[in-house]
Amino acid sequence: MHTEKITSPTNILFCGIGGQGVLKASEICGIAAMLSGFQVRKSEVHGMSQRGGSVDSHLRFGKTVHSPLIMPGKADILVSFHAEETERLKHFLKKGGLDLTLFIDRAVQKVPDKRFVNTFIMGVLSAFLPLSTAVWLAALAQVFTRAQSENQEAFLNGLHEGKSHDIQRKN
Amino acid sequence: MNKIEKKQQFLYSGNEALARGAWEAGLRVAAAYPGTPSTEILENIATYTEIDAQWSVNEKVAYEVAYGAAIGGARSLYASKHVGLNVAMDPFMTSVYMGINAGFVAVVCDDPGLHSSQNEQDTRWVSIFGKAPLIEPADAAEAHWFIQEAFVLSERFDTPVLFRMTTRTAHAKQNVPVGERTEAQTRPLVRDMAKYVMVPKNAYMRHIKVEERLVALARFAETARFNQVQKGPAKLGFITSGVSHAYVRDHYPDAAILKLGMLYPLCEKKIRAFAKSVRELVVVEELDPFLETQLNALKIKFRAKHPSYRIGELRPEYIPAIVTGKKKTDAPAAVRKPSLCAGCPHHFVFHALKKFNAFIAGDIGCYTLGALPPYSALHSCICMGGGITFPEGLRRGAPGQSVIGVIGDSTFVHSGITGLINAAYNKSKGLLIIMDNAITAMTGGQEHPGTGKTLKGEDTKLLRIEDICAVCGADTVDVIDPCKHRELEELVEKRLKEGLLSVIITRHPCILKK
Repeated sequence: MHTEKITSPTNILFCGIGGQGVLKASEICGIAAMLSGFQVRKSEVHGMSQRGGSVDSHLRFGKTVHSPLIMPGKADILVSFHAEETERLKHFLKKGGLDLTLFIDRAVQKVPDKRFVNTFIMGVLSAFLPLSTAVWLAALAQVFTRAQSENQEAFLNGLHEGKSHDIQRKN
Repeated sequence: MNKIEKKQQFLYSGNEALARGAWEAGLRVAAAYPGTPSTEILENIATYTEIDAQWSVNEKVAYEVAYGAAIGGARSLYASKHVGLNVAMDPFMTSVYMGINAGFVAVVCDDPGLHSSQNEQDTRWVSIFGKAPLIEPADAAEAHWFIQEAFVLSERFDTPVLFRMTTRTAHAKQNVPVGERTEAQTRPLVRDMAKYVMVPKNAYMRHIKVEERLVALARFAETARFNQVQKGPAKLGFITSGVSHAYVRDHYPDAAILKLGMLYPLCEKKIRAFAKSVRELVVVEELDPFLETQLNALKIKFRAKHPSYRIGELRPEYIPAIVTGKKKTDAPAAVRKPSLCAGCPHHFVFHALKKFNAFIAGDIGCYTLGALPPYSALHSCICMGGGITFPEGLRRGAPGQSVIGVIGDSTFVHSGITGLINAAYNKSKGLLIIMDNAITAMTGGQEHPGTGKTLKGEDTKLLRIEDICAVCGADTVDVIDPCKHRELEELVEKRLKEGLLSVIITRHPCILKK
């Protein structure tokens, strides 16, 4: 479990496979960071790799950020939607960094439809970041034009899950 | 608080930022054919009502339409991926001779690391070959700014401008402060035959202008705001451009850096002065030794990356090894390979084709994934349109071998039609399959003439692919739903036996089609 403090710039690596909403997730987090006044850099892949292949998205935010890519061993948080992708990319996570892979199963149990898994995990992620719930909800509303109330609910459930987990860790 | 902070900002990709910047610069006409990583440029430009934007049939057509609009007097833009410019090279090369009327920018997105491409060609060389200025932004905010400056540059020097992006500038997002649109003055269309009729005598005279223009551009480069110096200690300095600049800054935030945004012609004096100001100079560039070659010609002393780094994209973690001249040690990471989506109609076609043990000559599109297991049923893929012409060559070179060509609907319209006419005209026989999923699928679902919709979503004339195949001279044309896979197999067998020039259109919409 993560022991290290989150640094600035904050580096978050999102990963999964095509169709899981990896890019949507990093988009929501990126907008939330931008709305909070941070400089944001984020990388994406489009095209062929999206056809069920590996998809990752690097997100960095802070006062000043240069590269859109995170270096191996420098990610504060790994947000994965697929256990195999975690294996592939876990070398990006810094020593003592936070790996949210274990929340995939919780998310699948707690959401009414697998479409909301990524939103639930965004809620979990939000428990560990210095961004207010208000900006997260604003970012959600910008990205999801459909099923807004369901997405909000999934997010808040995820936030609750992340918070209770965070408390356990601190104890 | 300064002005920039007051501006509205968006989390824009380089492509989105470029579209916004072009709109602000008074862009009136834009044309492109989709291709990763350039597709979103036109998709975003199309959202502005002031801009007449189109998906063209292919890149050559797009270039000619957009360039024609510039001669017509409206600021205009062409966009494609790197290999798309190959298709448009014919008009590009001579357009540089002709110059412009209103500003014209050709945006070309390279794909270092082959995220979704068939090669890693470096478009920067095209600027030298084509004698056109080349601008390259380092990130999305610069794409938004530089594209506006590129139109000014085009009009000031009466030249088409190449605007090069890469996957990591086209698809990386960041906060981009935006402005409002300023309408550019339209210019009257004039009948200047010496400028616009490129017969030998006129072209010779225009070539003189091109060479004079390059001298003037080189002079301009010395003071152009595209090239920026970050001051730092004299111990170690960098010359870099594009996303490589960000990687250098990550490792050496306070180092002296000359960031080039105008890569051709180069600001020779500025480079010499910068080189003199530092004790050690390192050039950091992605892909080919483009800056390296030019700096060598200037006899400037510097270190450059080991040649092993010319392959694949740069990553921030490579910088220390590049600075010390070490060889690249890591191979591309093992990734989960892309595959045809569950329920994709192409599955049925490859399932059927696998039984015939033929050499399947493929093309560029989702169906290229038929080369991967479990089918492994595609044996070549070279370029757009090659799925029709390449098999003709295979049959001529290897008579008696069973060869089937496959191509997609959008790709067929792009550059398959001429190949089919060629096959009919030159009495080639054999089976061609057009896998028609009624969309340009691989790039994310763009319209084309066979879908009956335009880029802006308007209804338009529908190109019936079966009709055009018949008039091109195919002996037989069948349309079948590939989901009826037994019938498809029987049909393929029948057509193979007949030995005619046959086209089978397997028609079933892409499951991702909205």
